[in-house]
Amino acid sequence: MALSELYPPYEVVRNPDRCIACRVCERQCANEVHRYDEDLKKMTADESKCVNCHRCVALCPTRALKIVKTDHCFRENENWPKETIEEIYRQAGSGGVLLSSMGNPKPYPIYWDRLLINASQVTNPSIDPLREPMETRVFLGKKPEEIHRDEAGKLLPNLPPQLELSTPILFSAMSYGSISYNAHKSLAQAARELGTCYNTGEGGLHQDFYPYGENTIVQVASGRFGVHKEYLSAGAAIEVKMGQGAKPGIGGHLPGAKIVGDVSRTRMIPEGSDAISPAPHHDIYSIEDLRQLVLSLKEVTHFEKPVIVKIAAVHNVAAIASGIARSGADIIAIDGFRGGTGAAPTRIRDNVGIPIELALAAVDQRLRDEGIRGNVSLIAGGSIRSSADVMKAILLGADAVYIATAALMALGCHLCRSCHSGKCSWGIATQRPELTQRLDPEIGAQRLVNLVTAWTHELKEMMGGMGINSIEALRGNRLMLRGVGLNEKELQILGVAHAGE
Amino acid sequence: MLREGIDGVRIPSGCAVSAIFSKNGHRRSGENIIRSIALMHERSNGLGGGFAAYGIYPEYKNLYALHLFYEGKKAKEACEEFLNEHFDVVNLSKIPTRKVPSIKDEPLIWRYFVEPLHTKLSESQLDEETFVSRCVIRVNSEIDGAYIFSSGKNMGVFKAVGYPEDVGEFYRLEDYKGYCWTAHGRYPTNTPGWWGGAHPFSLLDRSVVHNGEISSYDANRRTIEMYGYRCNLLTDTEVITYIIDYLNRRKGLSYEETASVIAAPFWSAIERESEEERRRLTYLRSAFSGMLITGPFSIIVGFTGGIMALNDRLKLRSMVVGEKGEDVYIASEESAIRLIEPELDKVWAPKGGEPVLYYLKDPEMV
Repeated sequence: MALSELYPPYEVVRNPDRCIACRVCERQCANEVHRYDEDLKKMTADESKCVNCHRCVALCPTRALKIVKTDHCFRENENWPKETIEEIYRQAGSGGVLLSSMGNPKPYPIYWDRLLINASQVTNPSIDPLREPMETRVFLGKKPEEIHRDEAGKLLPNLPPQLELSTPILFSAMSYGSISYNAHKSLAQAARELGTCYNTGEGGLHQDFYPYGENTIVQVASGRFGVHKEYLSAGAAIEVKMGQGAKPGIGGHLPGAKIVGDVSRTRMIPEGSDAISPAPHHDIYSIEDLRQLVLSLKEVTHFEKPVIVKIAAVHNVAAIASGIARSGADIIAIDGFRGGTGAAPTRIRDNVGIPIELALAAVDQRLRDEGIRGNVSLIAGGSIRSSADVMKAILLGADAVYIATAALMALGCHLCRSCHSGKCSWGIATQRPELTQRLDPEIGAQRLVNLVTAWTHELKEMMGGMGINSIEALRGNRLMLRGVGLNEKELQILGVAHAGE
Repeated sequence: MLREGIDGVRIPSGCAVSAIFSKNGHRRSGENIIRSIALMHERSNGLGGGFAAYGIYPEYKNLYALHLFYEGKKAKEACEEFLNEHFDVVNLSKIPTRKVPSIKDEPLIWRYFVEPLHTKLSESQLDEETFVSRCVIRVNSEIDGAYIFSSGKNMGVFKAVGYPEDVGEFYRLEDYKGYCWTAHGRYPTNTPGWWGGAHPFSLLDRSVVHNGEISSYDANRRTIEMYGYRCNLLTDTEVITYIIDYLNRRKGLSYEETASVIAAPFWSAIERESEEERRRLTYLRSAFSGMLITGPFSIIVGFTGGIMALNDRLKLRSMVVGEKGEDVYIASEESAIRLIEPELDKVWAPKGGEPVLYYLKDPEMV
């Protein structure tokens, strides 16, 4: 074991009465925690490598394993918690920027959990979703400003390009490269079966997945990896990624180790070279530049595809969104500061950006105040954890939501937040063939379909309870929300009354 | 007491609605409509009643008839100053009323026949109707204690806190003659503090009586407020009226098309239509998605030269239509029709989301 100032955060607890030394844990652990000691004829563990991903626990046939948080401690100090002290040791040792994965785990307020949903009683009947139609279909895109008719007075259906979804839940951007081929295949298949879309992220689109185009959002980010005309034309919509909730204001870095084989070809960069996305788009230094990019993407695709502009939720998000709504974009995706990522500098992930609930409420209100809410649809993302979060997001003003962390969990992710190591034991955030083969795309797709189907059922139950049978009557219907334990300012920004009012 | 709308209070209510429409433009007094709505006494609770009548001011048919509630002289002075600045006031008077024991605390009730000042109108760069409607919205949201509750040409709304039959007596509706009458009896679940909350609700010549509580209220309100409307009353009827005004007058949709927006067919029904019809309905539903109204409602929309009855998509509120010769009757309950016309040629309950429309045979006849 390497000499270290750091005591391992987790302990592997092995029940010797149950362990049969079958060595499954050893084969399954990508971090090489478990080892069979030939001399002692028993399993041992190097806990310093354990990331608490639960792969060994889940596959142990005799349930002999569990992972517990260590009770090893520093002298208690509110100002210097254990984590802070250890980060200092790590930086003093490495001289480097701390890296983390997945969303912000810090104890900031979670406004979803401070909002409650209404239901009908007496004056208005609730609707039984098992017996009455309950509509969750949504159209995302710009709404027409003027009605046009032909000479006979018949309406001309001049609807700008729309993204039609059977449920208001989309899979958010995760690139091929940051996640595996099988993970992408699972998402693509699930999106098709569900009648929704997944998102390529900034990794291009693997040749095998072009047939899923109708259910694909193709992303254009600052590195422009894998972007060409055929790619842009392949999807149902194009997303310009200006920012990401987990790391607002900075670019991305996929290490050369992950740029292998098809990943390299799909991204159109040499094998083994680091894929570095610049912090800004170097052709977008202002809002008018964004307009030009949006319009050139539309030009390339013959004005047939809606264009999404994705931004991180930052302090002046409402003003930024208002600018984007006038930029020719059809949809704005807002990503909150708890959104996930494959890798981000820890300090940025944990300290930059604002909660999606406040950002969404502010943007929706601003666009309405300016009378331009019809110019764009809104997608909210950045930690949507359940159908209740979906419902609350729509009631605050979203047209639909993006989910990614929840989708990864459906594929097996146990939120160990170690994606940046590239050693995902569940075969998701890795390119190692022996690991990626652990994710069966058929099963993965089925579990994603199950998750979204279950959430959609729950949405319908809640809608029926409110006496609402169509998703568009939920959008921005803030009277259906009440806050609990929120102060005046928070309620004002969210645009909701307090419970009891 | 908190006043409905003004103090941010929203009050759900159940109701009764009734209407009589004469396709050949025959003008009748308000007596029958009062009898019809009175029969459904049990559906109201004495906290709101009202009527809209069309064709009642033929001598002033080219002028906007503004009906106003004033809470006091100060409000009247402020409002009249505003009216004189924006309109040529051709005639003004108190609206004649009689004392009815159950109708109490009446505000000052005045009527003005006006036309927009040409200078003001051209300065505003608006068409005449938009100009008038903006003025109405401005008075109602900015002049404290003044409330314009009727603003159409050759039509008028009469409403109060009370049972509708008492309201009819109070306003002496037997003295008016109209080709179309609509009526409303209200059953609010809370006591509204003032008269503005009663129905019908109207803007220009479009008036709405409504039975139900819409669950999409705030989604609809926040959508319509983008287009220059202010929902001061926080009632469902107000938002429905504004949506109809927006779609029909400002966007130029027909009443049938308007119905396909506010009570849009289900997607499953749209998919069964022909390709062309499917595109048309999908267009209407997605272009104006924020104006889909869900939750129970039956509404009767009165407008110059016509009337529309419409139920919510699931038909969660009763509504019956009857025809006899050139006369049309619409009511929450069939009994309220049979009372005034026992022998009907035809009577039926329209399906949910299916608009029933009648127009004057000759729009020039009134």
